[in-house]
Amino acid sequence: MTIGLDHYLFVAAVLFTLGILGIFLNRKNVIVILKNVIVILMCVELMLLAVNINLVAFSVFQGNVVGQIFAMLVLTVAAAEAAIGLAILVVYFRNRGTIEVEDINAMKG
Amino acid sequence: MDLAIKLIVLLPLLAAAIAGLFCRIIGDRPAQIVTCAALLIAAALSIFVFVRIGFGPENAKLVVVKLFTWMDSGTLNVDWSLRVDTLTAVMLIVVTGVSSMVHVYSVGYMAEDPGIPRFMAYLSLFTFFMLMLVTADNLVQLFFGWEGVGLASYLLIGFWYDKPSANAAAMKAFIVNRIGDFGFALGIFAVWTLSGTVNYADIFAKGPEMAQMRIHFLGMDLPALETACLLLFVGAMGKSAQLGLHTWLPDAMEGPTPVSALIHAATMVTAGVFMVCRLSPLFELAPTASAVVTLVGAATAFFAATIGLTQFDIKRVVAYSTCSQLGYMFFAAGVGSYSAAMFHLTTHAFFKALLFLGSGSVITALHHEQDMRKMGGVKEKTPQTFYLMWIGTLALSGIGVPFLLGNGIGFSGFYSKDMMEESAFGVHTTVGLIAFWLGVFAAFMTAFYSTRLMFLTFYGKYRGDHHTWDHAHESPAVILIPLYVLAAGALLSGYIAFDWFVGHDWAQFWGTQSIAVKSTGEVLHEAHEVPVWVTLAPLVFALAGIGLSYLFYIVNPALPALTVKRFPAIYALFYNKWYFDEIYDALFVKPALAIGRFFWKKGDGATIDGLGPDNLAARAQDMAGVLMRFQSGYLYHYAFVMLVGVAGLVTYFMMTAAR
Repeated sequence: MTIGLDHYLFVAAVLFTLGILGIFLNRKNVIVILKNVIVILMCVELMLLAVNINLVAFSVFQGNVVGQIFAMLVLTVAAAEAAIGLAILVVYFRNRGTIEVEDINAMKG
Repeated sequence: MDLAIKLIVLLPLLAAAIAGLFCRIIGDRPAQIVTCAALLIAAALSIFVFVRIGFGPENAKLVVVKLFTWMDSGTLNVDWSLRVDTLTAVMLIVVTGVSSMVHVYSVGYMAEDPGIPRFMAYLSLFTFFMLMLVTADNLVQLFFGWEGVGLASYLLIGFWYDKPSANAAAMKAFIVNRIGDFGFALGIFAVWTLSGTVNYADIFAKGPEMAQMRIHFLGMDLPALETACLLLFVGAMGKSAQLGLHTWLPDAMEGPTPVSALIHAATMVTAGVFMVCRLSPLFELAPTASAVVTLVGAATAFFAATIGLTQFDIKRVVAYSTCSQLGYMFFAAGVGSYSAAMFHLTTHAFFKALLFLGSGSVITALHHEQDMRKMGGVKEKTPQTFYLMWIGTLALSGIGVPFLLGNGIGFSGFYSKDMMEESAFGVHTTVGLIAFWLGVFAAFMTAFYSTRLMFLTFYGKYRGDHHTWDHAHESPAVILIPLYVLAAGALLSGYIAFDWFVGHDWAQFWGTQSIAVKSTGEVLHEAHEVPVWVTLAPLVFALAGIGLSYLFYIVNPALPALTVKRFPAIYALFYNKWYFDEIYDALFVKPALAIGRFFWKKGDGATIDGLGPDNLAARAQDMAGVLMRFQSGYLYHYAFVMLVGVAGLVTYFMMTAAR
């Protein structure tokens, strides 16, 4: 069995879906999962990686290197985003003593 | 001369402005000085003007001082101008004379009031409006003064604004006067429509022409001039408290006593009489309207006198006598004896102001007690007021000795009341006779109730509590001096002015441009020719009234109670003022309140607010409640919504790109 473009795209789609589900499935929704903000950040990373896989796969199969360069850029941005997100989390934890998603609802009208 | 006239009218305004606008800066005493000085100067100038106009040659009997143009719009031209003829000169004397005395009196009477400058300013402002009213040379300026005095009256009745009854009385006076003013305004419109002008001189020139015209209104075909005169008379009825629109006058006694004396006895309430005399060239041409004036006046004279018999509030007795005397003036004007009406207006101003200010003196002496049942024997404490009040009472009753020295000798009311009665009899019409007899009976009752006031107040034993009695004292000179001046007027004005107003000099005195000369001449001629018994009747009835009153309240004080027991229905009718207030309350006030409540609760509250602002606000709140649920504050909800949005957008682009 040769591994073609479809397989890469399928893996990327699975990863992406996992990321989405990880973000909005929680105790209040269908499945009971203990979750804090770090999980959400990780899910975001997961989605970005899924996108990266797509970019790289298309790049290889189309013989166009621009997609791989773009994947590098996305990685850089993801790293920066993770750093800022974690920093905010630390500050938030110092202030509120928790990073459970259930408890973070101060932005309610 | 021009300057004098301007000063007379404008000095009170200036004084009112100074006292009213700068009262906090200048304080009480300067406010009193400014206003009193302005009024005294105006009074002195009025005497000068009166002499120059009243006794000048015919060509100097009318002075018109144009101040400036007010309105100049198409055919409507209205000026601010001061017209002084004999009629106005008489009113100037009355208004400034009584007003200056009341100003001086107020310095004493209101000495302990916290609002002295305000009071003095209102008084001066009232005087200004009244002078504006009498010096007007067109109907619009007359209306300006007319409304102005109404305003001043409202302010002064409600002067003690922390008293709910005073506020209610002020509102009542204002509202009842509005009804009359509505008729008056319609009358002015009618005159303008008919003659195309509002200037007196032009209107009078067109009088005979207007008498031929007709008005078509709502399918009715009405004689134009009669209608206009009746409408104008409705205004006079409101201002002069004639039967039907009289209910505000007794309540107006809630104001301070100087106000009652100045506005609600001597000057403002006579504005209606003045207006009828001023427009006498029109009323002369409107016989039906004049008959109505006569009947309403006579009915008021009789009706108010019956109420006066039973009242116990000292000021209300005098108030009803004012109402009644105004009725006399109207029936005199109605039968065409305008000079007699003005004569009584003048004498009445003096003795009625005297009676009111005298009552005020008694009221202050007894610590603001107004109920005559709690008075008695006060002559011991206030001997000077006592004698002054007797002068006023006898002048009001019209006591004198007829035929002595030609015109007879007596108190001022004697001359003027006799003259009006003789005029009413002299015209030899049914209406005139009705007026004559109602007037004679009213004279009887007038004498009865005014002497009853004297007997209850000054004679017998004191019936109040002894603390008040121990502190009772004669009023200070500042209160008594105006009383003496007015008493001199009440004593002498009739004797002095008889020949000028209604005696053999009348034609020369009035001139041809102030009042309707033709009918006045005829009526006065007839009035001097009436049988002797007609001349004597009012006097005899008045003396009988005094005698009966003496019997009731001095000889046998048990008689009044017995009489009340004997005729309880009549007593109740009189005591409750013929139930006018109750009838009006049921007929007008209650329905008006009910309609108002309906429109407030159902119309405004339920319909307009319910469907309009309140409804929109409630719906907006509902919407906000629904939308609020979307903003849960949970991160994953926002993320989910964002995702849905992205999915939606992507789908959209894919669908459009595929096409």
